[in-house]
Amino acid sequence: MNKVTINIDGRDITVKDGATILEAAKELNIQIPTLCYHPDQSIKGSCRVCTVEVEGIENLQASCCTLVRDGMKVRTNTKRVRDARKKVLELIIASHNDNCLACVRSENCELQALSKELSMKETRLEKIVSNVSIQDDNPSIVRDSSKCIKCGRCIEVCHDVQGVGAIYNLNRSFNMEIGTPLGKDLSEISCVYCGQCINVCPVGAIYEKTDIDRVWKALEDEGKHVVVQVAPAVRVSIGEEFGMPPGSILTKKMVAVLRALGFNKVFDTDFTADLTILEEGNEFLHRLNGGGTLPMFTSCSPGWVRYIENFYPELLDHVSSCKSPQQMFGALAKTYYAEKENVDPKDIVVVSIMPCTAKKAEAARDEMIDSGYQDVDIVLTTRELGRMIKESGIDMISLPEEEFDEPLGISTGAAVIFGASGGVMEAALRTVYEVVTGEELENIDFVNLRGIEGFKEAVVKVGDLDVKVAVVNSLMSAKKVLDMVKEGKADYHFVEVMCCPGGCIGGGGQPIPGTNEIKRKRVEGIYNADKKLALRKSHENPAVKVLYEEFLEKPLGEKSHHLLHTHYVDRSN
Amino acid sequence: MCIVLEDKTMEIIDNVGNTPDKLLEVLIAVQESSEENYISEEQLVSVSKGLGVTLSKAYGVATFYSMLSLKQRGKYVIQLCNSAPCYVNKAFEIIRAFEENLGIKVGEVTDDGLFSLEFVSCIGACHMAPAVKINDEVFGNLDRFKVKSILEEIIRRER
Repeated sequence: MNKVTINIDGRDITVKDGATILEAAKELNIQIPTLCYHPDQSIKGSCRVCTVEVEGIENLQASCCTLVRDGMKVRTNTKRVRDARKKVLELIIASHNDNCLACVRSENCELQALSKELSMKETRLEKIVSNVSIQDDNPSIVRDSSKCIKCGRCIEVCHDVQGVGAIYNLNRSFNMEIGTPLGKDLSEISCVYCGQCINVCPVGAIYEKTDIDRVWKALEDEGKHVVVQVAPAVRVSIGEEFGMPPGSILTKKMVAVLRALGFNKVFDTDFTADLTILEEGNEFLHRLNGGGTLPMFTSCSPGWVRYIENFYPELLDHVSSCKSPQQMFGALAKTYYAEKENVDPKDIVVVSIMPCTAKKAEAARDEMIDSGYQDVDIVLTTRELGRMIKESGIDMISLPEEEFDEPLGISTGAAVIFGASGGVMEAALRTVYEVVTGEELENIDFVNLRGIEGFKEAVVKVGDLDVKVAVVNSLMSAKKVLDMVKEGKADYHFVEVMCCPGGCIGGGGQPIPGTNEIKRKRVEGIYNADKKLALRKSHENPAVKVLYEEFLEKPLGEKSHHLLHTHYVDRSN
Repeated sequence: MCIVLEDKTMEIIDNVGNTPDKLLEVLIAVQESSEENYISEEQLVSVSKGLGVTLSKAYGVATFYSMLSLKQRGKYVIQLCNSAPCYVNKAFEIIRAFEENLGIKVGEVTDDGLFSLEFVSCIGACHMAPAVKINDEVFGNLDRFKVKSILEEIIRRER
C-alpha cells in the first residue's frame, strides 16, 4: 500500500494511504477529542467534535472522516479549532438532559469527560431537551431519549452486528430521535434484550433496568434464605468496575464480597454449566445416534434464543432443549438444594449475577417455574453488582480470598470457559469425546475454537465419526448459519451460538467500555482461569456426580426432563 | 388488518418489487393508493415484511420524508411552506386564512375528510411566495381572497 506524508501541528508523519487525519494524529500522540467515534464501529462523522484546520480548505474538517493526502498540512490546536469544538459541544449539551448527579453513567460518560477535556464552562444556549418519557416496559432495558446525543452507535450495533434492527433514526432535522417504530416498547417489537446498545452508548441514554433494591430488600428480610449464583464471565470483568485491568481473575475476592454483602450461600453458575454439558452432550449424542434434528444449536444464550424465536421459528427444533445454566441453577436451588438443606423453597430467593441483560428477561419467562416457584428471582448485571459493592462501602480488592459454598459451588475449567465464545463447544467436546470413545482426551485445548472472531469451525474426530462443529458469536453471524441451515447447506453436527460479540464476556451487562481490545483480555482471563483448575472436564465434577446419584439419576432422565429442559415459543408475530 | 388493504399492499409490492431498495417507491405507491393520503400502521408492517426491511427502518423512512404520512390526511393535502422566503412574505396570514376557511388547525383533517393542513419546508416556489402545494399542484402569490377561491373551486369540483 502507498504511503503518504502529512504535517500535523508542524510535525511530519508518514502513514498508509487511506488513513484518516485522526489515525495519523494518533501516531504522533496528538489527542484529537472525539464523541461519535467508536474504535469497533464504522466512521459516522456526525458529531463534528474532532474538527481540525486543513490548509487550503476554508471550512473546518472532521478528522475522523477526512482522509490524508500527500503534503496535507493540518492544525489541531488553534483558537479557531478550540472555539469550534466548544461550540459543537455547547449545541449538544443544549439538548442533553445533564442531570449528571442522578445518572447511571456519571463518571463513565464520554460527554461528561469531553466537557471536562474542553474546559466547558456555562453554556449560553437555551436548553431544549426532549421530554419523551422513559421507555422501560420490559424486564431488561431502559431508554431515556432526553439523554440521547444521537450519535447512532446503538443503531449500528442493533442493525449491523446483531441484525435485529429494533431501533432506528426517526423523523428529521431537529426532531430527529432514535427510537422504536410506531412508539412501541421494546417488548412489543423484535428486541432480544442483548443490551449491546447499552455497551456502545457514550452517555446514559440506555441502561439496564436495575433490580439492586430488590436484592437489598431480600438480604434484609430475616425470613428469606438468599442464595446467589455468579456466571463465568463476571469473574474476569468485575475488577474493571474497581479500576483493575480487564481479564483480572477475581473469583475468590468476588465470593468474599458476596458473602460480606449478606448472601446466605454463594454458589457458582459454573456448577450448572458442567451439568449443562452432561445434559446437552447426551442430548447431542441422542440426536446423532437416533436420527434427531441436526445441526443442534446450543441454548445457553437467552438473546440468541429470543432471536431464533422472533426471526427463525421454523428452525426451533434445532435448538437444544436444555435450559441455560442460570435456569438449571434456579430449578435445582429450589428443589435439590432445598431438600438437602431442609429449607422451604418458598423462602429461598435465587439471585443471579450475570454479564447479561437478556438474562433478566429469561428469568421472567412464564415457563421458568419448574421448581413450583419462579426458579430465578432476581438477576443483576456485572455493572449492578459493581454498584452494589460500592454502595455497601466494602473494599472488595482488599478482602481475603474465599471459596464458593458446596455443593452448588463446585465446578471445573470446562464451565469457566462458557464465558467466552467457543467455550461451550470446547467443554462439550472434552466430555463427548470421552463418553463416546471411553478414552482420555489428550489435548483438551481446542484452540481454533477460541477468540472473538464471529464465525469459527472445526472437524473433530470422535471415535469413527468426524464431528463437524461451528462456533458463532453475534447474531449477524448466527443469521449466516441459520440461512445456511434453511438452504440445506450447513453440514454441521453441532453449533454453538452466543448472542453477544465475543460471547458472554462481551455481554450487555458487562463493564463499560467493552471494546474488542478489552474483550480479548477478558477472554485471556477466562482461559487462564480454566488452566489453573485441577479438574477441567465437566463429567469429572464430583458434585455433579453426586447430584445424579442422589437426585437426578441419569442425564435426560425423568427429573432432568422436568427440571432442566424446556421448550420454545414462535414469537414471529 | 382488513384483507382488501393487505391484498392491495401486496399487489403494490408485486408491481414495484420486493427488495429492500424499493422501500421508498413502495411507500409512495401505498400512500397514493389510499383515499386518505396516508400509510396505515398495518400497511407499514406489511411493507416491512414484504420487502424484508426491519419495521424500524420502514418507520424511520416514513417519518423522514414530509411527503409521507402515517396519519390520516385529507383527499386534498394542503402543504404550507414555512421556510424563510414565504415567511417574510407573510405566509402566516395565508395559514390563518386556510385555517379559518376550513375550520381546522395545521395538522388536522376536515370532518368530511376532504382537506388536511400541514407544514412543509421550501417547495421551490420562492419566486411566487407565499406559496402552498395542494396534492401535486403549486399555488403562489397568495392572498386571503385567492385562498378562498381556490378552496371554493375544489369544493365545487367535488360536489
